[in-house]
Amino acid sequence: MALLEMRSITKEFPGVRALDNVNISVEEGEIHALVGENGAGKTTLMNVLSGVHPYGSYSGDVLFDGKICKHQGIKDSERLGIVIIHQELALVPYLSIGENMFLGNEQQRRGIIDWDQTYRKAEEYMSIVGLNENPRTLVKDVSVAKQQLIEIAKALAKNVRLLILDEPTSSLNETESKKILDLLLTLRREKGITSIIISHKLNEVAYCADRITILRDGSTVETLDKRVDDISEERIIRGMVGREMTERFPHRPNTVRDEVGLEVRNFTVYHEQFTERVVVDDVSLKVHKGEVVGIYGLIGSGRTELAMSIFGQAYGTRTSGILIKDGKTVELPSIPKAIEAGLSYVTEDRKESGLLLGSSVMHNITLPRMDFVSKNGRIDRDLERKYAEHYREALDIKAPSIEQLVANLSGGNQQKVLLGKWIYSQPDVLLLDEPTRGVDVGAKYEIYQIINDLAQQGKSILFISSELTEILGMCDRIYVMNEGQIIAEFQRGEATQEEIMNRIMQHSKGEIGA
Amino acid sequence: MNSLWTVFRNNLRQYMMLLALLVIILVFQILTKGVLLKPMNVSNLIFQNAYVVILAVGMLLCILTGGNIDLSVGSQVALIGACAATFIITWGWNPHLSILLCLLIGIAMGIWQGFWIAYARIPAFIVTLSGMLVFRGLTLIVLGGLTIAPFPKEYLAYSTGYIPDLFPEARLFGVRNTTSLLIGVLIAAIYCVTQVMGYLSRKKKNYSVESVWTLGSRMAVISLGVVWLFYTLASYRGIPMVLITVGIILIVYNFLTSHTVMGRHLYALGGNEKAARLSGVKTNKLLFLAYVNMAFLAAVAGIVFAARLNSASPQAGQNFELDAIGSCFIGGASAYGGVGTVGGTLVGALIMGILNNGMSIMGISTHWQQVVKGLVLLGAVASDVLSKQRVSLGFLSRFIKSRSKYQDVGGLDA
Repeated sequence: MALLEMRSITKEFPGVRALDNVNISVEEGEIHALVGENGAGKTTLMNVLSGVHPYGSYSGDVLFDGKICKHQGIKDSERLGIVIIHQELALVPYLSIGENMFLGNEQQRRGIIDWDQTYRKAEEYMSIVGLNENPRTLVKDVSVAKQQLIEIAKALAKNVRLLILDEPTSSLNETESKKILDLLLTLRREKGITSIIISHKLNEVAYCADRITILRDGSTVETLDKRVDDISEERIIRGMVGREMTERFPHRPNTVRDEVGLEVRNFTVYHEQFTERVVVDDVSLKVHKGEVVGIYGLIGSGRTELAMSIFGQAYGTRTSGILIKDGKTVELPSIPKAIEAGLSYVTEDRKESGLLLGSSVMHNITLPRMDFVSKNGRIDRDLERKYAEHYREALDIKAPSIEQLVANLSGGNQQKVLLGKWIYSQPDVLLLDEPTRGVDVGAKYEIYQIINDLAQQGKSILFISSELTEILGMCDRIYVMNEGQIIAEFQRGEATQEEIMNRIMQHSKGEIGA
Repeated sequence: MNSLWTVFRNNLRQYMMLLALLVIILVFQILTKGVLLKPMNVSNLIFQNAYVVILAVGMLLCILTGGNIDLSVGSQVALIGACAATFIITWGWNPHLSILLCLLIGIAMGIWQGFWIAYARIPAFIVTLSGMLVFRGLTLIVLGGLTIAPFPKEYLAYSTGYIPDLFPEARLFGVRNTTSLLIGVLIAAIYCVTQVMGYLSRKKKNYSVESVWTLGSRMAVISLGVVWLFYTLASYRGIPMVLITVGIILIVYNFLTSHTVMGRHLYALGGNEKAARLSGVKTNKLLFLAYVNMAFLAAVAGIVFAARLNSASPQAGQNFELDAIGSCFIGGASAYGGVGTVGGTLVGALIMGILNNGMSIMGISTHWQQVVKGLVLLGAVASDVLSKQRVSLGFLSRFIKSRSKYQDVGGLDA
């Protein structure tokens, strides 16, 4: 009998269907890998399993040990022995290893903690995972790889039966990663612990997984079995990306003009906090007028940092490189200067850094260029209303009025407000960072149409996305970014999904090998 | 119409508070047997609350930037009072120039705090807590721990005086100060004329306009209110000078927050700092200016307050910061920033002021007054927060459930 079975799970967020009839079954004592593109629904699925999305907020059944689970929160799933380790580790930096390991599970009698037992037991679990440290060391003082081991030890201390690891090796090098994977294999062999591993690194998946379930657009595509099926990287990639692309993108005639709208030469940007770390590494690119240029890269490849540093150095330190707009070199040391020069940047996270959720549609739209609707610092409210009304109609933003608070709109309409705000600013160059993130298929199509219109007007558009199909369907030219560098360039029609994924995998491998 | 309804709903909180204010006025008018709205008491109310309103307006701008508060305003008020007394009384300087100098000192205090908050990014709470101690200490140093009094007439005229009556013989409608009544009528008239002109010009430009009925009834209510207020004041000794100061501050800051680019940027900063920055708002500069402005207004309040006491005391201005902060939150400002209006803050300050005044007239001890004010503050904010959390009762049911769980365990033990 399967240890875990998830049957026809469907989970909707306002405006998006994140999971659509997903089925997965995990046998006792196996290592099961979950793979898929960004946004395929892996994390949501695991959140349903662990109770982050409580029972009743999704449809379908979760069966653990053959019994239907009705988790109200993480506590309930942990009681059954389901422990999830998130990509961003949930350790408290200023507590010791031992304290972290028993956080929420304290070694106590009547509310009084037994520190001797805490540290003795901590050492016990640390030796199982092969972590050679003093349990009194503060977590902030150990490496990320060791923190990952602490998380696993913490899970063991909770008598874990099913261990879920979300991208456990994303910030580790190859040796460290192999150690983690070997640990999973050992735990399975010696303690019979079942694991689910979510990973982008397909070689690792092929190395340790017994079975692989592939998710795509919120649905299960297939489950591959190591003993029966071919589980080569090529085979997995085909499963991840293989879908038809008919009619998902509106047609755009060739609008590319000869003049270059924006050129970036030798851009190098360093991390804001860790100022020794290169985030954008000697990047050069150009965007013609009327051209939609895609930048594809996995999360952490430096694409957002690149766009933000072009946009008035909104990100990074020690930025160097040359920006040429309409044939002239420009200095854009601040965001207001960038906006004035005709650049605009549509952020990837509309809620966090894009919109004023508590303000009206009108106030959001006019914010980047208040000078259009004011004289000597005094706002002409009627003129402002007229502008806002115009963009609401032009982009077909579905809101009862422009006075409506943005927080009350659907995701797709919020995204249109965000686009409207930047189109209103009359830019020549648009840097679009994940412009269709978290919106449903219908709204996506409308946003593609808006982008096509902008291209037709001769705007230069840099289109950043982690959805390959979207990049392939929308862009005239594609740059592939990995680890801060541009590693490949494709013309429209030259690129295929497999080719792009292969390039990234190869580049990552080369880096690790070096 | 639809749009009007949205505007109304977005500002529901403020209308509720206005309603609450009217109810409070009515209740105390009855409880005090009509003393509350007697001309002398209305005049008193203005003197008692002028400095709170001034401080609250400054505090509102700080709160708008992201829920930042300024704990040092009480000490700033005291320090400015001490400076004014030293300049004018001890050293015998010209009162008018001394006032100007005090305002400059206020701005300097603001630059000091604003630098640490906006550019060094030290939390406002810490910087102003430090300022609270530093400025209080400086007050004690300047005054040598003593109270200095009294001020000359020229100084007092700025705040405790009344406007002179140009027609002492005339007793229009039986009021004592005819000029004050005429000014009231004039203000109401100016208000009506600007409203009508604005309405006509918008209509001419083909912008959407409110219905004539809404315009008319709003004009009638506000004009009547203004005329009543000035009639009441005229029946006593006339318009207090300080009302002019407060009135100008309210009008200027209301305009600043609602009609200028700077005001809009302030709301944007508090609504979502990252988004504001990425939209080209100069967030650091704005935060800096908010604190400079706060200290400037604290200086104004300090001058007003020293005149009201007719002395500079080392203990002046204690807990003023709490009255100012309370007024903003009762008046609908969000503790997270980005929400709040000058009008709402005025209503909040009046609610606090009338509670104080009404309870004092009734002879309720100041001990109980504090309890009531504290509960009103919590009640006002809680009603707002809970009404937004639609599942307002969710936490209650959880609470009850968890309690009953413990009771079950207790049952097993027994």
